[in-house]
Amino acid sequence: MIHEQSIRKELIVPPMDRADHVPVIAPGQTFESVNEQIGSVVLRRGFQRGWLLGLAIAFSLLMLFLVAVTWLFIRGVGVWGINIPVGWGFAIINLVWWIGIGHAGTLISAILLLLRQQWRTSINRFAEAMTLFAVACAALFPILHLGRPQFFFWLIPYPNTLDYWPQFRSPLMWDFFAIATYGLVSLLFWFVGLIPDLATLRDRAKSAFSRVTFGILSMGWRGSAVHWKRYQDLYYLLAALATPLVVSVHSIVSFDFAVGIVPGWHSTIFPPYFVAGAIFAGFAMVLLIAIPLRKYYHMENFITDRHLRNMAIVMLTSGLVVAYGYIMELFMAWYSGNEYEGYMTVNRIIGPYGWVFGLMILCNVVIPQLLWFKRIRTNTLWLWGISLAVSFGMWFERFVIVITSLHRDFLPSSWAMYTPTFWDYATFIGTLGLFATLIFLFIRFLPFISIAETRELVHQTGGKVE
Amino acid sequence: MRQIFGPSANVIARASIIGGLLTVVVIIAVGFAYIRSPYNTGQRVDVEQPVQFSHRNHVGNIGLDCRYCHTAVEKSRFAGIPPVATCMNCHSQLLVNEPILEPIRAAYRTGQSIQWVRVHNLADFAYFDHSAHLAKGVGCTTCHGPVNDMALMRQESTLLMNWCLDCHRAPEKYLRPRDQVFNVNWTPPADQLTLGRQLVQEYQVHSRTDCSTCHR
Repeated sequence: MIHEQSIRKELIVPPMDRADHVPVIAPGQTFESVNEQIGSVVLRRGFQRGWLLGLAIAFSLLMLFLVAVTWLFIRGVGVWGINIPVGWGFAIINLVWWIGIGHAGTLISAILLLLRQQWRTSINRFAEAMTLFAVACAALFPILHLGRPQFFFWLIPYPNTLDYWPQFRSPLMWDFFAIATYGLVSLLFWFVGLIPDLATLRDRAKSAFSRVTFGILSMGWRGSAVHWKRYQDLYYLLAALATPLVVSVHSIVSFDFAVGIVPGWHSTIFPPYFVAGAIFAGFAMVLLIAIPLRKYYHMENFITDRHLRNMAIVMLTSGLVVAYGYIMELFMAWYSGNEYEGYMTVNRIIGPYGWVFGLMILCNVVIPQLLWFKRIRTNTLWLWGISLAVSFGMWFERFVIVITSLHRDFLPSSWAMYTPTFWDYATFIGTLGLFATLIFLFIRFLPFISIAETRELVHQTGGKVE
Repeated sequence: MRQIFGPSANVIARASIIGGLLTVVVIIAVGFAYIRSPYNTGQRVDVEQPVQFSHRNHVGNIGLDCRYCHTAVEKSRFAGIPPVATCMNCHSQLLVNEPILEPIRAAYRTGQSIQWVRVHNLADFAYFDHSAHLAKGVGCTTCHGPVNDMALMRQESTLLMNWCLDCHRAPEKYLRPRDQVFNVNWTPPADQLTLGRQLVQEYQVHSRTDCSTCHR
């Protein structure tokens, strides 16, 4: 029996952790200190000034989004800068960017769970929330960019009086299913994870209103052995479902392009390369949120330097896959011997949008190489800056793929430039407002670190860390 | 510490699960029923006209052939509504003092058209051709119902796209011999399918269910 336990310990704490000498959780924690520190963020009365200020800014950007969408609905998609060769503009760039950001959340919560990575514990909750909110932003664009958005429900296969059925051969149709499924499964996974924490909050809440609210949300969780057994089964099952989902969702988004015949789109490397890009951009966004969050709420003992370092390593790894994707695209353009493919690549680099390509290479390939250095990986300011650069860079990447492939393709008589209008920017910045508003509300009203899983970690490490 | 929820919460929790599911089912069912109901399609409503023209009287009692008034129906995609002159063929001599016919006489005097209210109103993105249907053996009453018994005109069929496609996918269920298309008393024989299949062969009826057939 003792022997067995020692083997388990070996499994729980991988050798690399000990070599790193930075714990996943600061020593000296007890169950109560975990409950208290994470729970107090939610249960404290009143609002902090910083939070209120942040919410106010985010909310005003959300209002800008509503104005932009109202104007879009009144005047039509022509208020954007799209034209006939470039039918897909900011809306699709933003869709791919947002849905990509969501993917890191699922990677952290599902894939790292299956790989039994302890360092996921402190970051999975807000990474999952980030997924949900990013999907909420992403899912708006496929509907908003329709010329007649009121008919979006024609994407649903349901028996109707037209005897009409959607076209299952279109990746845009698959998008609908992919995003809808992804949103639903992410929501379910996130909520299942929240139930034990909601019960903790229910038991610790002082006011009757909070007790009843958290009581309803926790749905009678008593923490019995049977509850925990079923909870674990379901949690792992959902993680196992979410893992192929996350890979397929962004692959399907990549099919929007790869299934087309446009040079620069019709590329078989897109599915894995898009998924790698999604993880790259997603981890950048997680770091962008995690670094200020742990500073402002003094969570350094839960979100330790180990987390930041590991996330930086994942970001570097996926960044290298993305860089490989760029190199392969350049190589295949030359290797194909196809003049359109060749011209597309030359146009990307030295054409009118060459500066975007340059920024993309700078942000996605050059700057992330700094992550090789341990000193930079452990410096939060540097890490935050690099994450910001990657977030911009991945947006530029989608710009390069969508715009530069479309604006000059087969027929030179159909070449044009794409100039985004004020409403393109307003819609994009507006979704940033929507995202930030949801994040601010989430960190105030729900525990942004999983209390139950952190308690489990405290139990496993016995409050002290090797 | 006092319990947050009393025993009644159990009932509420169970009821909310069932109620939630029921709500979804009911919303979907009501939506499905509504879109197919006469409220939405405008069926079975006796439409008020500027002149209370009775098909029952003119077709049922007097026995006029459909083509006497709707002259273009065999040649044009549009069956046409008869001009005032057609009315005046008879009503210049018949029931000349009838007050109900005053709008007809007024229109004849002034040259102003009668503003008939259209009962069968397809959207303009759907192209429909009367002559093609008559030439392939679709009778008037198959789509327009027992017009010979309508005191005021009403829409008998749904005119929904699935109603069109139902016939286009299986025309043999509805076809009749060409010489019977204007016979308002024609009823399908017991072996309609045998007759229908034979007519499909004879008239070379093609099912035509692609978009460009109607949505030109």
